[in-house]
Amino acid sequence: MRGATHARWAACATVVALATAGCGGGGGDGGGGNAGVLSSSWGDPQNPLEPANTNEVQGGKVLDMIFRGLKRYDAKTGAAQNMLAEKIDTPDSQNFTITVKDGWKFSNGEAVTAKSFVDAWNYGASLKNKQKNAYFFGYIEGYDKVHPSSGAQSADTLSGLKATGTDTFTVKLNQKFSTFPDTLGYAAFSPLPSAFFSDHAAWLQKPVGNGPYTVDSYTKGSQLSLRKWDAYPGQDKARNDGVDLKVYTDNNTAYTDLLAGNLDLVDDVPAAQLKNAKSDLGGRYINTPAGIIQTIAFPFYDKKWDSSGAQKVRQGLSMAINRKQITDTIFQKTRTPASDWTSPVLGKDGGFQDGLCGASCEYDPAKAKQLVQEGGGLPGGQVKLTYNADTGSHKEWIDAVCNSINNALSNDKACVGNPVGTFADFRKQIDQHKMPGPFRAGWQMDYPLIQNFLQPLYYTNASSNDGKWSNKDFDKLVDRANAETDRAKAVQLFQQAEGVVRDNMAAIPLWYQNGSAGYSERLSDVALNQFSVPVYNEIKVS
Amino acid sequence: MGRYVIRRLLQMIPVFIGATLLIFLMVNVMGDPIAGLCGDKQCDPATAAQLRQEYNLDKPVWQQYLTYMGKVFTGDFGTAFNGQPVTELMASSFPVTIRLTVVAILFEIVIGISLGVVTGLRRGRPVDTGVLLLTLVVISVPTFVTGLLLQLLLGVEWGWIRPSVSPDATFGELIVPGLVLASVSLAYVTRLTRTSIAENRRSDYVRTAVAKGLPRRRVITRHLLRNSLIPVITFIGTDIGALMGGAIVTERIFNIHGVGFQLYQGIVRQNTQTVVGFVTILVLVFLVANLLVDLLYAVLDPRIRYA
Repeated sequence: MRGATHARWAACATVVALATAGCGGGGGDGGGGNAGVLSSSWGDPQNPLEPANTNEVQGGKVLDMIFRGLKRYDAKTGAAQNMLAEKIDTPDSQNFTITVKDGWKFSNGEAVTAKSFVDAWNYGASLKNKQKNAYFFGYIEGYDKVHPSSGAQSADTLSGLKATGTDTFTVKLNQKFSTFPDTLGYAAFSPLPSAFFSDHAAWLQKPVGNGPYTVDSYTKGSQLSLRKWDAYPGQDKARNDGVDLKVYTDNNTAYTDLLAGNLDLVDDVPAAQLKNAKSDLGGRYINTPAGIIQTIAFPFYDKKWDSSGAQKVRQGLSMAINRKQITDTIFQKTRTPASDWTSPVLGKDGGFQDGLCGASCEYDPAKAKQLVQEGGGLPGGQVKLTYNADTGSHKEWIDAVCNSINNALSNDKACVGNPVGTFADFRKQIDQHKMPGPFRAGWQMDYPLIQNFLQPLYYTNASSNDGKWSNKDFDKLVDRANAETDRAKAVQLFQQAEGVVRDNMAAIPLWYQNGSAGYSERLSDVALNQFSVPVYNEIKVS
Repeated sequence: MGRYVIRRLLQMIPVFIGATLLIFLMVNVMGDPIAGLCGDKQCDPATAAQLRQEYNLDKPVWQQYLTYMGKVFTGDFGTAFNGQPVTELMASSFPVTIRLTVVAILFEIVIGISLGVVTGLRRGRPVDTGVLLLTLVVISVPTFVTGLLLQLLLGVEWGWIRPSVSPDATFGELIVPGLVLASVSLAYVTRLTRTSIAENRRSDYVRTAVAKGLPRRRVITRHLLRNSLIPVITFIGTDIGALMGGAIVTERIFNIHGVGFQLYQGIVRQNTQTVVGFVTILVLVFLVANLLVDLLYAVLDPRIRYA
C-alpha cells in the first residue's frame, strides 16, 4: 500500500510537471486576463488546418483570421472584392490572367507572389495530398490528370495553371465560367508560404499565413491563441489585440461561461437557450442570415418519384408544410421560411429573389391535398422522410414537418420520419442512392454566388446532386449563365434556371438558416458574416 | 503471491484481446466514417478512396483488426481524422482524467467512509436517518442534473467558481466536477460502509477487543473498520475504471478535455482508432484496478492469502 501511495505521488508530480510545461509560453488566459484580447468559443476542427482540407466552420474560422486570398467577401453585402488581386482579366471567361498586388507578405517575412498561389493550388488539387476541398480546383484544366476519379494520377501539377512572372499567373479553365474570379474568396484558394511544403508538420503545429492575425500558440484540442499581426499590410487590420479560441465540447457550457463573464463571444447559441438569449444578454445578441438553406430532396433514381405525376405530388407536399409555424415555434425565429432556392445573403443583385417559389411554397392544405390527389397520390402510399438522428436536433422539425403534412392531407400515416443512427451512415446511404423516399438536405454555400446554390445541387451528375435530378433546360441555362461575361445577365440566367427547379419542384425549400451569437459587455462591433463566422478583425474590446 | 500475480496477469491477455476485438467490431458496424467527413456533401470519390486506404478501411475487417493490433504492440495507436496521433490525444487527456478521478476517489474515501462509519455506529439515530435520506436523494438525482445545477449556482449565480475548467485542469478547478462525478458513488460507499460496520459491530472479535479494554478509537479503526472495508474497497476499485470511462457527462458539462471528451468526439466522428485506443487503455486500467483490489484484500484481512 505504501508503494502504491508513492507511485501515485510520483504520477501526480509528473502530471503537474507536464501541465506546467504544456502551458508555458501561452498568452493571456482570456476573460479579463489580457486587456485587448477577446476569448471566443470554438470546436475542435475535424480536419488538419490546411486551407484546402478545411470544409467546416470551426477550422474555417481560423483560416479566415490567418489568411487573405485574392478576393474577400464583404461581410455585409457578400460582394467579392479584390484583396490580394490587383486585377483579374479574361478575354473569354475561360482564360484568366491574375495579377497579385505588390507588398503583401506572410507573417514569417516571405513575400506573397504568384508562385505562392500556384504551389498552393497544385497542392490542393493533387490526389496524393488527400485534400477534401480538391474539387474546388476541378474547373481548372488538367484536374482530371492530377485528380483522376479512379487510378493513379498522371501529373503532379495542373496544366492550366502557370506562373508567368513574380506577380502574375494564368489560369485556364476546362469550361467557360464567368463568375470564376468571384469564387476565389474561398479559403481553399489561399496562398501558402514555402514553409508549408518544406516543413509540413511544423507548419501544422503553428500555421503561418498572410492574414491580420498570427498564431501565437496552439494546443490541439483545447486552445488556439491568435495575436494581432502589427506589420499586416492590408487595410482590414485587427481592431483588437488578439483572439483566444477555446474549445468547448458542449455549446451549453460555452453559453454558461458567457453568462458568468468568463468568455467574451459565443457564436453558436444553443437551441435550448434561444428563448432566454434575448433577456439574458439584452442587446448583446445577434441573429443574422447565413448562407445556409435547408431543403427536402427527392430520390429521382427511384421511378416512383420521377414519374410525370410526381411533380404535382412534390408541389403538394411543399404546400402542406406550414413553414412559418415551424420556424416560429421550433427554431424561435432563427430560421426564415424559404421562398426560393438560394439565400438572402446573396442580396437582390446577387440573385436572391424573395417569393420566386410563389404559391408553391405557401401553406395551403386544401390545394396541397388536391395536388397530391391529382398527381396520383403519394408514391408507395407513404412518405418516409429520412434524416440523421445523431446531430443537429433534426428529429424535432422532421416530426413537425410530418405532422403538418399529415394534417393537411388528413391522413395520419401520410408522412413518417425515418431516422438513421449516425451522420456518416446517413451520408453513405445517400451516396449509394438507397434512399427509400425524400430526405433531409442542407446546403451551406462555399461562396456567395447564386451559381453555388444551383449548379452543384441540380446540374446533371453534379457533385452534390444527391437525388440525381436531371433536366436539360436547367443544364442549358446554367451553361449559358456560366459563359455570360456580364454579371447581371449571368445572374438573370441563373434565376431562369432556378425557375426550372421551381416548376419541377426538384427539391422543397424549407427555410434559410440564421447565424446567432452572444457577446460580453467588453465587446462592440460584433457581426457575423454570411458564413455565420464572426468578423473577428472588426471587433473592438474595451 | 508472486505466482498469483503472474497468473492474474496472464489471464488479462485473453480478456484484453476479446475486449478490443468487440470494440473494434462495434465501431465498425456503425458504418463508413469517411462518408461523414465532408459535411452535407458527397466526398469526392477519389479523395475518399485515398482516405480509406490511409486508414486501412478498404481491407476486410479481420485484416484491419490484425494490422491495428500489430501496431498497438509497437506503441502506435494510429491517427485521428484531424491528423493527430492517438497517442498524442492520450498524452493530453489521460492526465486530466486521472486528476479528476483522483479527486473523485478522494471524495469517496474521505466523505463516504467517514459518513458510513458515523452512521454505522449510530444506527437509528437522527444522524443516521438524515444521512440515509441524503444519500437516497443523491442516488436518485442524475449526475447531469447535479452538475448543471452546481454549475449554475456556484458558477453563474454566486460566482464562486468558473463554470468551465481551463485546459490546464488543475486540482483546484477539479474539486466541484470531482464532487459531482463522485456524488452517486459516494452515496453508495456511505451505505456500504454503514451496513458493513453495523454488521461487524456485533461480531465476536469486536466484543473481544472491547473486553480486552482497548480504547474505543483503536477498536473502531484497527478492528472494526479494517474488516468492514472489504466490500467498500471492491466497490471503489471497480469504480476507478467506471469513473475514468464514465466521466463523459461530467466532462461535457464542465468542458474538461479528458478521456470522456476524446471518446465522445471519437464516437461522433466514428473514429475507430481513437475509440478503440482509448477503450483499450480503459480496459487495462479496469483490469489492473481489479488486480490491486484483490491484492488489497490480503492486506486488510490476514485470513486471506494468495498462493
